[in-house]
Formats: sequence, structure tokens, C-alpha cells
Amino acid sequence: MSRLPTGGLIDRTKPLAFSFDGKRYTGFAGDTLASALLANDIRLVARSFKYHRPRGILTAGSEEPNALVTIGRGAHAEPNTRATTLPLFDGLEASSQNRWPSLDHDLLSINGILSPLFVAGFYYKTFMWPAALWEKLYEPLIRRAAGLGALSMEPDPAEYDADHGFCDLLVVGAGPAGLAAALAAGRAGQRVLLVDEDVRPGGRLLAERHEIDGNSALDWVDATIAELASLPNVRILSRTILFGAYDGGTYGAVENGRRLWKIVARRAILATGAIERPLVFAGNDIPGVMTASAVQAYATRWGVAPGKRIAIFTTSDSGLKVAADLAAIGIEPVTVIDARDGMLVTRAIGGKALKAIELSDGRRIAVDTLAMAGGWNPSVGLGCNLGARPNWSEAIGAYLLDSPPGGMIMAGAAAGAFGLGAAIASGIEAAGGGMPVPATSEDPSGSRPLWHVPHSRGKAFVDYQHDVTDKDVALAAREGFTSVEHMKRYTTLGMATDQGKTGQVNGNALLAIATGKTMSEAGTILSRPPYLPVSIGVLAGHHRGEHFKPVRHTSGHAWALENGATFVDTGQWKRAQWFARPGERDWLETVSREVTATRTGVGICDVSTLGKIDVHGPDASTLLDRLYVNIFSTLPVGRARYGLMLREDGFVMDDGTTTRFAEDRFYVTTTTVNAARIMQHIDFARQVLWPELDVQATSVTEQWATYAIAGPRSRALLAKLLPDLDLSNEALPYMGAMEFHWQGVTARIFRLSFSGEMAFELAVPAHHGDRLIRALFEAGRVLGVAPYGTEALGVMRIEKGHPAGNELNGQTTATDLGMGRMLSRKKDFIGRVMAARPALVNPARPTLVGIHPVDPARRLRAGGHLLAKGAAPVAANDQGHVTSVCYSPTLGHWIGLALLANGPARHGERIIVHDPIRDGDTEVEVVNPVFVDPEGVRVRG
Amino acid sequence: MRIPCPFCGNRDTQEFVYRGDASPTRPDTDEAMHDYVYLRDNVAGPMREHWYHAQGCRNWIVVTRDTRTHEIISAEFPR
Ligand SMILES: [Zn+2]
Repeated sequence: MSRLPTGGLIDRTKPLAFSFDGKRYTGFAGDTLASALLANDIRLVARSFKYHRPRGILTAGSEEPNALVTIGRGAHAEPNTRATTLPLFDGLEASSQNRWPSLDHDLLSINGILSPLFVAGFYYKTFMWPAALWEKLYEPLIRRAAGLGALSMEPDPAEYDADHGFCDLLVVGAGPAGLAAALAAGRAGQRVLLVDEDVRPGGRLLAERHEIDGNSALDWVDATIAELASLPNVRILSRTILFGAYDGGTYGAVENGRRLWKIVARRAILATGAIERPLVFAGNDIPGVMTASAVQAYATRWGVAPGKRIAIFTTSDSGLKVAADLAAIGIEPVTVIDARDGMLVTRAIGGKALKAIELSDGRRIAVDTLAMAGGWNPSVGLGCNLGARPNWSEAIGAYLLDSPPGGMIMAGAAAGAFGLGAAIASGIEAAGGGMPVPATSEDPSGSRPLWHVPHSRGKAFVDYQHDVTDKDVALAAREGFTSVEHMKRYTTLGMATDQGKTGQVNGNALLAIATGKTMSEAGTILSRPPYLPVSIGVLAGHHRGEHFKPVRHTSGHAWALENGATFVDTGQWKRAQWFARPGERDWLETVSREVTATRTGVGICDVSTLGKIDVHGPDASTLLDRLYVNIFSTLPVGRARYGLMLREDGFVMDDGTTTRFAEDRFYVTTTTVNAARIMQHIDFARQVLWPELDVQATSVTEQWATYAIAGPRSRALLAKLLPDLDLSNEALPYMGAMEFHWQGVTARIFRLSFSGEMAFELAVPAHHGDRLIRALFEAGRVLGVAPYGTEALGVMRIEKGHPAGNELNGQTTATDLGMGRMLSRKKDFIGRVMAARPALVNPARPTLVGIHPVDPARRLRAGGHLLAKGAAPVAANDQGHVTSVCYSPTLGHWIGLALLANGPARHGERIIVHDPIRDGDTEVEVVNPVFVDPEGVRVRG
Repeated sequence: MRIPCPFCGNRDTQEFVYRGDASPTRPDTDEAMHDYVYLRDNVAGPMREHWYHAQGCRNWIVVTRDTRTHEIISAEFPR
């Protein structure tokens, strides 16, 4: 055991049992998985990404590139969990990743011997030929050999939540600068949200030994947290990762891995601290080689001696502070090598554990732990999310964000204020001052960067997680990838899940050396969200499975469900597709029965999903005249008219019927899918294009339940339901409409037909819709009424040649759909000018026709392309395509609608439907698209 | 991004539908229609744009936004 007898912020009265790769161990409350592993002398925790080298714990924070483990089993497994930030809990099961068959004996470590294959750019250089093998063979092989943890491939059983936070000041990071900033702003009465990724606020004060106002810095932390907790305007979110900064002061955060926060803040202080740089020398990845700040943290915060013989290799004063802190708790380092004195560690020696180090003077010293203090990189990543660029500061030897985006202020070590006193002062200043800066113990922060140890033989890692070495960076430079962005992509440095938090700056520096540039000229990459990995599950939240999107039910839904409906999604709506009856073999039999029942008797269809818009005002008819190609100002009250709407570019946008219920009041319907778009279009027309018009528009789609009652017996059915209403042709002619009362409820009846039969649409306020559908079927029972769904509706509209979604596809004109005569010449309307463009009125454009197979036994399929008989099947000969098909029970064979060049002039001609990937070629005859009752006698019945 | 709707106040952009450049106005002459429908400037800097508060007050709003920084300079009704 490496646990020190005393000390650390752990609760030794609360032991916690856990397991790693099946072996059982014990830690304490307050441990992370990493500190508990080290306390149990576990130093080999992972294998590296490409070379499968033994890896240990490098850091004590969220920047950890090596110590990624899988937590839990089966569906509950969470791969790629950082052991360094995971609080230990009782029963925790962790397992190592990327090794086979075991961590100790990883046969894939042969990749290290094959390392010439895995140099920078290996994806681009190796396995180039034959290309066909890439997806099938090479990539899966590489992916299996090189990788991280695996997903369980089972549904995620975790529950996720979402929340919103609004504040005057968002403080990111609860280290000394962040705590001071939150306290200053909190005392000033600002609404403060303090977000910290650790389970416990304090930041580096938990890991280093300092004094504030003459007492332990921990006392200051405790007192500050206590005061913050007492302020009602301050909220602290611990174990919360702020993963991204977005426009308008919006931030994304994840609390406890489970709750997604969307935070809107007037101002934000990024007190995100700094990350210590590893040093680049041979063997710098052997388990036992760690950052100095990590060694200090494990010893101070968790009471764990990471080794028995510890050496320190430093380029900065902070490394000397680590030596002093270790000595103070009784772990005297074996040696301190300060690069500023000219001495270097040239090589670390060991396999699965560090055994010794070699120095530049040739000495070899036996150690089991080497603490690297390579200087500090301010964590400016979040500040770069919106495009602000960090600049190199020679003064502190690091990148700083001099010009963060508006509303954002850098503070503490993130702003380059590395010393404790300077960090606290900068936090208070960022928050607007008003609070004295406490006295702190000396905390020198001098540093001189050392980017590379010369004459160091062996693999020296820059990006641990992606196994990128100093030689890879040099190779990239030699091969011409001399910008940091190119080097990043060529070597994959910084592209692993840790996003180069420990390695990017070292990589930039090595590139600068290789290309003879300064750090300033070399530049650095911009961090993009997420700052730390975020699981897809937490972003999805509750929006999974049936809750992925809202579901809209019509008021007739329950009735349809009781009557065996099969439903289809139409946008968010559930619509009855058909109503199968016992004994029916397939949907085609069901749909054909519904069509025949309607055409020979009476059928009822729920059409409530159609968009409905109430247009009201003295200028209502003027607005409609400008929206539609045809005229509505002449429509008499109590009558309906079919209308066609164009986009301003001249193509058809939508269609539907509009009814005039009063001089200044119209009831507009749209197709189901375009309901929202047309509402928006009408609002644009009346608010932006013609604001001088006195007219209002309101969506009433969900206010009315509407049922189509169609077929020769439809009037008989309604006569039973509405015995007092005169439904004769005189009182309610085709395209007539009236309002009346049904059982005390306002109701509307329309003489409209989509099926081509005599038909009515009956509408009541939506909450009476269930009552009405039941009453309709009760009234129609003796007449043999049948419910029909969207499929039968579709069959009947194809039989009648009515265009629908497949024909209103955004690429057709009114003329293409056979409705060119509707374009009014007496008024302006949206799309009028552009619809007259020569190419849009060219008769050679594909235009609506009907088709049926010459051999009546053959079926048709939509999507097939049209060719003249004998024409070669090449694009130049393409004459259009089949848009909609159905089996017509009325005619006894398949029919279709198609868009055919010069279509109307070609009725009677035989052409070919070319469908090479399904049924091959089918000979069809071109006919009038109205297959049933072309004279339109039935609707007037 | 957040848009200060003149009717509803400061709201998340997810509630809005974007349309595009608000500067072109529907012309009175047929000759000018092609440019109105198809020609747009690719503005780098403050740009007047049409946004529709679809999940709010259902007003069309003219938002002046700096396309380089996403800073919202103003948001007002079309007239
Ligand atoms: Zn609004």
C-alpha cells in the first residue's frame, strides 16, 4: 500500500470496495479511481492507442490522456471514463481498455515493433491500393488494433435531464481565482453561477500547501464556500463540465454526467486554471512518469505516495514547490533535476513500470516515479470557442487569450496569473473589485520552456492519447505539413478525446523548431466545443424513442384505434393508413375494399390534419388574391374555391380549398405537411410585403376536427345525422359551405370532394370530434359505412388525377400540373412574373399525364424514368418520371401519374417506364390523368 | 444566439425561423423581379435579416446582425 498514514482530504472512516480488471481493492470516500489505484500500487492502467504501450496515470485532472477505463458492465458500461476525475464509489467495477487478451500481456503490443507502419500520415500512405479493400479490410483491422473503449451496443439505460440557468455572472472554475471572483460578485448582489468540474471546490488549493491570511489555504476555501452558500444570489454547480461557449452569452454544461445545462449569462469569468506540460524525452510515457502537479496532488489531496523513490525534472519554480510540499509531508524526493541549471533527464527506463532515469551527465538513478514540471498552459480553450485566437506570451512562455469575446473575462492561471496572490487578485478584479485581496504565502512562478530533450534515444511522446511522438512532428514538417493545422491532421496530434490538452503546445513548439519559426509565428489551433467529451445520451436527454419528437393525435384517434387502424406518420401527426378487417390477406386487399366501399356506398376519412388558417379583415380578399394564382375577391359568401399558391420564383408551393364565410372572413386550408410553412408565408405577406393591408391570420388547424364523408350514399348518411339540415343541391351545391349547430355546437359543412364522389366535409370544434366520429358511424351503420385511411384516399386521388405531395415537389409549375389556365391575368400575385419565364412555359417541360401498363397484369412503380419507345436508356433521352402509382380497384389494374415532356399532346402514345434496379422496362400508354369520371358528374350528384 | 424580439423580449434563436437578407424589397416592375428573387450580397459585417418568431409571437422581425461575430445590433418590426 502506498497510502500515507495521515493526511489528505479523504475520509478514512469510510472505506469503499472497488474492482479493477476483476481484482478487488479498497479505497476511501474522497478518492478518485486514480488515487485509489495508486494507493493500491496499481500503476499500469491502460494500453496506448496505436502501439499498445503500457500506460499509467499521467495527471490528476480532466486533461488525462492515458488512464481511460470502462466503468460498469453490459448496457451500463461507460467506456473512456477518466480515472483521474471519477469519484470512487462502493462497488465500482472498472476495467482496462484496448488490450487483448489482458492488460499485462497485450499481444497487440507488436504494433510497437511495427511502428514504422504507424508513423505520421500512415492513414494516407499505407494501404493505398487496392482502394476497394480499404473499407472492408484495412480500416476494420486498424480500428481493432488501435483504439479506445467499446460501446456495449445496447440501449443506454441511464436517465438524463435538462435544465436552464440564467445569471449576471457565470464563473467557470472554483480554484482560488474563481472562488474570489464569485465571492466579490456575490457580495455585490449579482446573480452568480459558479461551475466547477471537481466534486469539491478549491482547485489547486486542494493539491498544494499554501497559506492565506496566515492560515491554511483550505480554511480560506472552506470559509469562502460557506459564505457563498449563505448568499441566496449565488449557486454552485460542482462536478459540472462547462463544455462550450456559444453566441449571445450562451454556455453548455453537463452536471454529474447526467444533466444538460443551457446557461445564459450576461458576463462570464473563465477561471479555468492551467494544465501542466509534460516534458518530451525518451520513455516519457512509462508508468511512473507523471506530471509534477499530479504527484503533488496525489500526495497532498489523497494521501497517496505515488512512489517510494521520486525524482523531479523541472523547468519551473512550481517543480521546486512540489519538492518542498513532498518533503513537508515526509516524502523526500531522491533528486531534483532543474533544466535551468543545465541538467536534463535524457531517458526514462522501464517497461510496465519506471525503473531508472538517465541524466545528461551520464548518471543513471534508480527511481520508480518521475515528476515532470514542464511549465503551465493556461486553459484558454473555452475562450476560443467563438473564434478568438490565443497569442504567444514570451513573458510567461505560454499562449494567452488577450482578446476574449465580448462579455468574457479571463482570470487567474487561465489569464497567466500563476502565483496564488496574483490569481486571487485577478479573480477579484475580473468580478469588478470591491473586496480586499487577502495576504498569501510566497508562490514564485518563474519558468523557462524546454520543448525537447536533445540526444534522447527512443520514443518520446508529445500526444500520449494518439501515440504521436517528437519524430512524427518532425516528419510532418519534413513532408511539408508546416502549419499547425496541417500538422494536426497529418499526425492526428490533438485529435483524440483529450483534444491535446497536454500535448498540443509541445507539438506546436516542436513544429516551430523544425520549421525555424518562433512560437508566435507557428501559432496554435482553436479549441472547439465540447471542451471535454460529452455523451450523446446527455445531449438527447428525454428526446429518445417515442419521445424523440412530439406526437399529434387527431380528436378521432381513439376511435380509429378502437377500430383497428394502422397508423402512419405524417409529419408529427399519426394518421390512420387503413382499417384492416379479419381475413384480409394484405394491405392491398384492405385498401381496395375501402376504395370500392366508398365509390359504391359511403366511406369516412379523418382529414383533420389539413392545415387550417382563419384570414379575417377588410383586406382579407385582397391578400388572398395576391397569395393565390386565382381570384378570391369574387368568391361569394358560402362558397369554396380550390386555390394554387406559387413561390415568388414561379414554382408551385401549395394548394387547398378556401371558403368564404363572411365578406371579410375566409377559411383557408393547406396540405398537412405545409401547414406551418404556409402560416409563415401568409404572415410574411401581410407583415412584411404588404403591411398596409388590414388583415389578420390565425392558425386553427388544431381547433377543428374534420371528417370527409364520401360516396353515393354520403347524403343519405348525413340526412340521418342531421335531419333538420337541407343538404339538397339547391341548398348546398358542389363547392358550397354553411355553418349550423349540431347538438348545440358550432359546426361547418362543406360540399368538397377529393375522391371524385359526391362528398361532404363536416367540421366541429376539436374537443367534440370524438363525439362526432362516433355519431357519424352510428348514423351510417345501416348504410354499410366504411372508414378509410390515407392509402385509400391516395388511390382515389390518383384515380381522379389530383396532384399531391409527389407532384407538388417544389419543381413543378402550375402548367406542369395541368393548371396553367388558373393563372389570373387580371391581378398581380406572388410568382406571377417568374412563372412567365420562357423556360417555365416551355411545352417540352414534363407535364402531368396518366399512364397505365399495356399489359394489365403488370404493376407500376413510382420513380421509373420515361423513355420514347426504342430510345437508349441514357440521361439525354430522359422524358420525365413516374410520380405516383396505385392499384385501381375501380379499373382493375395499376395506374400512375407521371410528368412527361409535351405530355398533354401525347395521350394515346405508348412509351417505356425504365426502372433498371427493380422491374426493368414496362410499356405504358399515356392517357388523361383523370381516370375515373372525367366529366366530373358524380361530385355534383 | 439570442434575439431580442421587440414583442417577447430576449429569446433563444431556436424559437425563430431564419429567412435571409431583409434589404431587397418586392419590386413594382416585372423587370426588377429576377434580381429581387435571386441576387443577394454576401455580407461580411452588419446585415439586416428577416427572422420569424415561429414559436413565440409569430412576428416577422428585422434583425441586424454582424455576420462575423453574430453580435445582434438591433431587432425591430418590419415597419
Ligand atoms: Zn416574439
